[in-house]
Amino acid sequence: MTNAVEVRALGKSFGPVKALDDVSLDVSEGELFGLVGPDGAGKTTLFRILTTLLIPDTGSATVLGLDVVKDFWKIRSRVGYMPGGFALYPDLSVAENLEFFAAVFGTTVEKGYELIAPIYKQIEPFRDRRAEALSGGMKQKLALSCALVHRPDILLLDEPTTGVDAVSRREFWDQLGNLKASGLTIVVSTPYMDEALRCDRVALIHGGKILEVDPPHSIGARYTLPLVAVRGANRFELLQSLRKFPHARAVYLFGDELHYTDRRSDASPEAVAAELREYFASRGQEDVETRPIAAGIEDSFMELMGSAPPPPPRPTATAA
Amino acid sequence: MNLNALRAFVVKELHHILRDRQTLTILLMMPLVQVILFGYALRSDVRDIRMVVVDPTPDHATLELQSRFISTNRFRIVATSQSPNTIEPLFRRGSADIALIFDPDFASHLKSAEPARLLVAIDASDPNTGTTYLNYTRAVIASYQAELTAQNRRVQIVTETRMRFNPTLESVNLFVPGLIALVLVLVSALMTAISLSREKERGTMEVLLVSPLKPQQIIVGKVLPYLVLAFANVLTALLAAWAVFHVPFRGSIALLLAESILYTLVSLALGVLVAAVTSSQRAAMLTALLGTMLPNTLLSGMIFPIASMPSWLVPFTYVVPARWFIVIARGIMLKGVGLTILWRETLILSAMALLLLAAAMRSFKPRME
Amino acid sequence: MNSSARPTVTGTADATGGTDGFAVDARDLTRRFGSFVAVDHITFDVKAGEVFGFLGANGAGKTTAIKMLVGLLAPSEGVAHVAGFDIRTQRDRIRRNIGYMSQRFSLYADLTVRENIRLYGGIYGLAPEHIAKRTDTMLETLGLSSNADDLVGRLPLGWKQKLAFSVALLHEPKIVFLDEPTGGVDPITRRQFWELIYTAAARGTTVFVTTHYMDEAEYCDRISIMVDGRIAALGSPTELKEKFGADSVDDVFVRLARSATKGEAA
Repeated sequence: MTNAVEVRALGKSFGPVKALDDVSLDVSEGELFGLVGPDGAGKTTLFRILTTLLIPDTGSATVLGLDVVKDFWKIRSRVGYMPGGFALYPDLSVAENLEFFAAVFGTTVEKGYELIAPIYKQIEPFRDRRAEALSGGMKQKLALSCALVHRPDILLLDEPTTGVDAVSRREFWDQLGNLKASGLTIVVSTPYMDEALRCDRVALIHGGKILEVDPPHSIGARYTLPLVAVRGANRFELLQSLRKFPHARAVYLFGDELHYTDRRSDASPEAVAAELREYFASRGQEDVETRPIAAGIEDSFMELMGSAPPPPPRPTATAA
Repeated sequence: MNLNALRAFVVKELHHILRDRQTLTILLMMPLVQVILFGYALRSDVRDIRMVVVDPTPDHATLELQSRFISTNRFRIVATSQSPNTIEPLFRRGSADIALIFDPDFASHLKSAEPARLLVAIDASDPNTGTTYLNYTRAVIASYQAELTAQNRRVQIVTETRMRFNPTLESVNLFVPGLIALVLVLVSALMTAISLSREKERGTMEVLLVSPLKPQQIIVGKVLPYLVLAFANVLTALLAAWAVFHVPFRGSIALLLAESILYTLVSLALGVLVAAVTSSQRAAMLTALLGTMLPNTLLSGMIFPIASMPSWLVPFTYVVPARWFIVIARGIMLKGVGLTILWRETLILSAMALLLLAAAMRSFKPRME
Repeated sequence: MNSSARPTVTGTADATGGTDGFAVDARDLTRRFGSFVAVDHITFDVKAGEVFGFLGANGAGKTTAIKMLVGLLAPSEGVAHVAGFDIRTQRDRIRRNIGYMSQRFSLYADLTVRENIRLYGGIYGLAPEHIAKRTDTMLETLGLSSNADDLVGRLPLGWKQKLAFSVALLHEPKIVFLDEPTGGVDPITRRQFWELIYTAAARGTTVFVTTHYMDEAEYCDRISIMVDGRIAALGSPTELKEKFGADSVDDVFVRLARSATKGEAA
């Protein structure tokens, strides 16, 4: 099974800022691969190197077995690329946008229709509407259709769900699942941790470095410290109390609960949970639930980032 | 009125202005450049008037009058001849500004107090300078006549004038070729620059690059409509000039249109280059405006004659494409000349077009850096 | 199990000086643009000291509603008070009593940290000595003391956001409006930001926040979800989850949005 994408020790800097630092990963054919990390992590820079728009300073990368520097023309005709922010022409209609991008790749909408139909059919009733008048979710579908219409061998989608509402985001990932089922290799970047669960494998990226690459459900496995979820009234007070607990390593808000990480790697999570209940009782904080939990993606990401606060401000990269 | 807030705002704006180095440079440099140009370089008074003298019967009277012209330090005799046939080619080629044609009996009539005739022919394709030449000429002749009269000689010099190429001194005739140049550069350079940089800003350029399209194809595809548009503009402008202002059309329209296309290609290439070196639409617009329109209006001879410019400024005019196009356009429209006269200017424009187009194609790299 | 964020503050008489002690109240607030109804008769209250989440898809009417509340847009119909002042007739007083931070813009990138603070201090009418003192405290709290003279444009996004939030609170307003304040930052910084929000709320500041992150909705005391210009759900996260039989606010949101009537495929 050849690799659709191979990245080896990739490095890229913009002036003094290191956007990518020794990045290595592989994407297998037919995989739905997620690149998860916040703004400035290096996702867009990595995508631009894979789509041959930038040349790496160090290291190498291949897409579909072709070198991104030497064989870039060959790569460009086989890739479906959706840059961040949906590159669409606002003053052209839905149909005109699609026809244009089809023509650019030397094909027609008819030839690509079968592949894009499940997505395009949802916006086809609006085919004469100008792209600027579309909602975020519809723009997303149109941009995806434009990237697919020429039947690429691999899809590279840079933050396709950013700024789009929750429902459209879910539908989009459903579509990606369908596309993957037809055998298409897809690489997606996203800042939303929960979307990582929908990928076959995920690379966590932060500050230009890859923190981990694993199937989403395995990511928590490396979390070695006891993790306890705490629920109770007056969450902020609980948070402040927890931080004063002598063995606390990290305490964070987490939805409707708090996640507490203990410093002692040898302690058992159940014991820690019990200790915490006693601790709260002694401080007069009643009705607090504690229970050990397995680490999720976000927990792992934060742990890998370093539970110390993020480093002092440095100049931001010109491209993320 | 909250004075603290007001002061805070003023301070803030000062910071913005002082920290935007690019705009600041332009804001400080531009007035300076303009003061220098308008103060020293751009004049309407003329200094180097090139004169052709036709003197069938030279004698010391005609020579005396000629030396009066030379001693003003404004006139320069570029050719003398005994036959008026030499004048027209010189005018058409633009080698002379004014011709002084003595009647064969000028000297003898002068002595015998009969009317001594003199014909002054002036290249009035630029009616402003034409009028100035005429005024200077008349002044010299009048002072010569006054001198002779003071010597108690009765003399009568009768001057007839012909304003060649523009007998009614229509200034619109002056402006139309320059306006065509301006319109063309506006449509071609400015719009191309904006269109290309807008593509970059919107992010669609990224997608176009990651496709089988070569950058050259992208450029040609985006630029071609503007070529057609520019051509349509030239036709409209010429039509308006002819129908409404009755600007003469003495030469070949086909040649004029061909030269217009050539000039448009130069402007298009400039627009592409501007887009390649700027990073935003706003910067592209500013650069295109300052880099094309300003030299085209001030340094092309459209408004301020090149003949009046100081010698240090003249080399700068050579790189302004409009300068050559205006000579061509005026030549074709007002003087009715063709390629045999205008081949030099056409060659220069062609060379500019080839160089700039090659540079423009090269400037669009297949990658984002 | 009640899992509220903090002790709820019942309407104290002096908190806002407003009607019934509510920081914000709206009755049948409506805004039309031609024939399009962007905000359709919304009615809700926000108690003083509450952290109120204002959710909804893009185009649901959130931004328009907020603009009316902060005095940037006049309502077509309906009544509302912010910090006790009427949004139609007392816009000036509203603006002086609220803080505002939006993701699109908050601080000037080509001014330094210190200059930005001084600027906003001046705009809010604070005395220079006052500003200087607050500046030092703020920078220390945020950990930006050594960056006071750096251009804001050079700070990473998360730090910009935290700074912007603090600046919005510089004049100690009773209510602060935050429009999608945490877009794009890493998970730790987001949580630090929310701790800043809680700290402000613990001091009695009412926080009115919109967000796309559904887990952040859980941090709020109460939330409202707008669909097609109307408020489709209003209550604490726990209440809404029970009511809709959902595990998370995200689920609640999806169920509501799917029944949207405006016909477009989201």
